[in-house]
Amino acid sequence: MPVNSEFQGRSYPPTAPYGVSAAKIREFAEAVGATDPVHVDADLARSRGYSDVIAPPTFAVLIAQQCDAQLVADPEAGIDYSRVVHGEQKFAHHRPLTAGDAVVGTLHVDTVREAGGHAMVTTRTELATVDGEPLCTAMSTIVIRGGE
Amino acid sequence: MDTAPTTPREATDVLRAEAVSVGETLGPVTIHIDRARLVQYAGASLDHNRIHWDERFAKGVGLPDVIAHGMFTMGAAVTVVTDWAGDAGRVLDYGVRFTKPVVVSYDEGADLEVSGVVKTLDADTRRATVELTAMAAGQKVLGRALAVVQLD
Repeated sequence: MPVNSEFQGRSYPPTAPYGVSAAKIREFAEAVGATDPVHVDADLARSRGYSDVIAPPTFAVLIAQQCDAQLVADPEAGIDYSRVVHGEQKFAHHRPLTAGDAVVGTLHVDTVREAGGHAMVTTRTELATVDGEPLCTAMSTIVIRGGE
Repeated sequence: MDTAPTTPREATDVLRAEAVSVGETLGPVTIHIDRARLVQYAGASLDHNRIHWDERFAKGVGLPDVIAHGMFTMGAAVTVVTDWAGDAGRVLDYGVRFTKPVVVSYDEGADLEVSGVVKTLDADTRRATVELTAMAAGQKVLGRALAVVQLD
């Protein structure tokens, strides 16, 4: 099996805070073609009740994948990154990520299983502000293709 | 940008639940993807995996050509929902399966066609569930693509 099954149930310590900036939100929004001005116009964002510009719904992946890297880069996990394919992704938002947020992510390895010669690893990253306000739960399933 | 033109929304334009019905359709919207777009997304998302921009590398690991980031496809597809809802902050839950890669050739790039349908509407919570369909080269590239939206 191309991944260490003993990693199921493992959790990692919270990451160092990631500072969400208006500039990164704008860059990400432009990259995915998100034209809602709430991503770039702070006054408009405030008129909708947000404290500043907000990130598009999938922006959280940027932070979550940094958390996932702790597992993927862990030699003991035995994951060959060149064989990794993204299988599934889900986000449950408590509120939109907003410019000015300082976000910490806590990575949990929920399941490690084998199917059809491939390994599938489902991780869950809980994103919260440094003050402990929950922001987003990001779940990711990666498939590690088996050897030929 | 290669996305279909959309009209910027004002604060008062968030969709009301009364204006929505189950079975209502969204789109289709065609999103053109070229290599430059993937490089742009790689930089914006910090996902620098070479399979998304380096053709020689991608073919070397057994792929037919450069493929789009699954997360690019997921992020581009949901703009159909956020434009419909009138506020990108109204997406509460969003999940997809990546069923087929979007192959982005040097010459033609790829066209992603995204459409949606309202599957459920809860009058009490004013939440709608939209199922998205994303097609590229005649194949469904996302599966179980569901977004839960908080309407006004």
